[in-house]
Amino acid sequence: MGCDARRAGEDGLATDMEKQLKSSALNRRWRWFTNHLATVLAILATILVIAPLVAIFINLVYKGASSLNLNFFTKIPAPVGEEGGGMANAIVGSAVLLGVASALGIPMGIAAGIYLAEYGRGTKLSNVVRFTADVLNGVPSIVMGVAVYALIVVPMKGYSAFAGGVALGIMMIPTVGRTTEEMLLMVPHSIREAALGLGVPNWRSMVSITLKTAMPGVITGCMLAFARVAGETAPLIFTAFGNQFWSTALNQPIAALPLQIYVYALSPYDEWHRLAWAGSLVLIVLIVVSVSLVRYVTTRGVLKGAS
Amino acid sequence: MGVGIEVNNLNAWYGANHTLQDITLHIPANEATALIGPSGCGKSTFVRCLNRMHETNPIGKVTGEVKVGGVDIYSDISAVEVRRRIGMVFQRPNPFPTMSIYDNVASGLKLNGFRNRRVLGEVVERSLKHAALWEEVKDDLKKKSGASLSGGQQQRLCIARALAVDPEVLLMDEPASALDPVSTAKIEDLIFQLKVQYTIVIVTHNMQQAARVAERTGFFLNGKLIEFDSTHKIFTNPGDKRTEDYITGRFG
Repeated sequence: MGCDARRAGEDGLATDMEKQLKSSALNRRWRWFTNHLATVLAILATILVIAPLVAIFINLVYKGASSLNLNFFTKIPAPVGEEGGGMANAIVGSAVLLGVASALGIPMGIAAGIYLAEYGRGTKLSNVVRFTADVLNGVPSIVMGVAVYALIVVPMKGYSAFAGGVALGIMMIPTVGRTTEEMLLMVPHSIREAALGLGVPNWRSMVSITLKTAMPGVITGCMLAFARVAGETAPLIFTAFGNQFWSTALNQPIAALPLQIYVYALSPYDEWHRLAWAGSLVLIVLIVVSVSLVRYVTTRGVLKGAS
Repeated sequence: MGVGIEVNNLNAWYGANHTLQDITLHIPANEATALIGPSGCGKSTFVRCLNRMHETNPIGKVTGEVKVGGVDIYSDISAVEVRRRIGMVFQRPNPFPTMSIYDNVASGLKLNGFRNRRVLGEVVERSLKHAALWEEVKDDLKKKSGASLSGGQQQRLCIARALAVDPEVLLMDEPASALDPVSTAKIEDLIFQLKVQYTIVIVTHNMQQAARVAERTGFFLNGKLIEFDSTHKIFTNPGDKRTEDYITGRFG
């Protein structure tokens, strides 16, 4: 009786196993299918992300490369109707504007990020700062231009490179600040403790240990902000204004690549359209080159095995 | 040379949680003292009070008196000064990931503004030799990151880093709990050599380890110091029923 029951149980077990085997074959096919489906979807998504950039770049090379020559990088714009001319003043102008913007936006952004992550954690002020930064990030760039127009251009009685740089710099602060905060929060607590445990003062441990460990991420944030404002046109219209001539003075209107592209693209002349394409190509290449350069320089000293 | 530690009526809190209650004990110089007890009994909090790391936690609070070599560390000197004189090795190895092996060891001195390269080099070599790591890393001192070493090597690196600032006391919070038996044996050997020069306080979950390395052992339970005596006495003839229950594995 007991034996029978056991046999019945064993039979049940056998059919169970058969069922399981069958279903596991099915399972395997199903797993194979979902696995490959996910891979294909991931690859598709990757292509979708890269495609626009590649398309834009190819289009720019196609339409702009033919207008690129030495003159483009050495001459200032030619008057209407004349052939030739270049964007040397706009390239230098963009560099000046971005220099002012970075000098203002990067230190202030990093300082704000340090405050948010290290000193103001959980305080009311830090919540206000964080909220303000997020809102500031969403302010349309043209509004930033108008605001700086009222704050700097009007009192200084004139458009200036300085005003343009300030407008771009303010736009950099939220991105730099928020990334710095995120990156600092990612530094393990154990590393801060190690520094404090060695008798290192708090500020020193902050600067030399926490910030240094977070540096690769902070630099990525700075480069993101930099690349974003490098192509901004709207905030410059009311501030830097643009300039057809050579100028590097901070208190004078200054040319900028995006402004020059904007003016040329809106013009009725084919020659200027071609120059606008070329200018766009140069702008993109310069952004890519400067970001890669900063990345190269700042990661050169990284040691073997450093995480 | 090491110095003794006198703790009188030490109380500590995390927020409203009274984690240490009226701890009084005297830790003699140049000995290893082990602290044992179940998780959450307050032994880690206790060592963190000995170098004022407890107060780095925003909700941490301490009262009572801790005298290290006769100096009251809570009133006579600053927290930063305390931590220079009382080194700490943490549970998980925590080398600075962006620094080379050399810079990790030199960090305590460098970050406090010490710049003399010749002396730094000597200190790094001496500390690494002391931590029994020199032979393994001497060829990669400035080439490899501290984070590239194995777990056991990282922990010895952290010991070398703590030794480089020439402390009088070395606190070790479960220094071998994240390591394999071979690395653990190395750390224990090290403790034997180090107590010639330093006073060592070691928190451990491993009772064999306490029995092997420490002259004295304290048993903590629920924030109280239940018993503190020579290791031999604690493990062979404990005075308190709770200590006996714990070391024989009847609870905890």
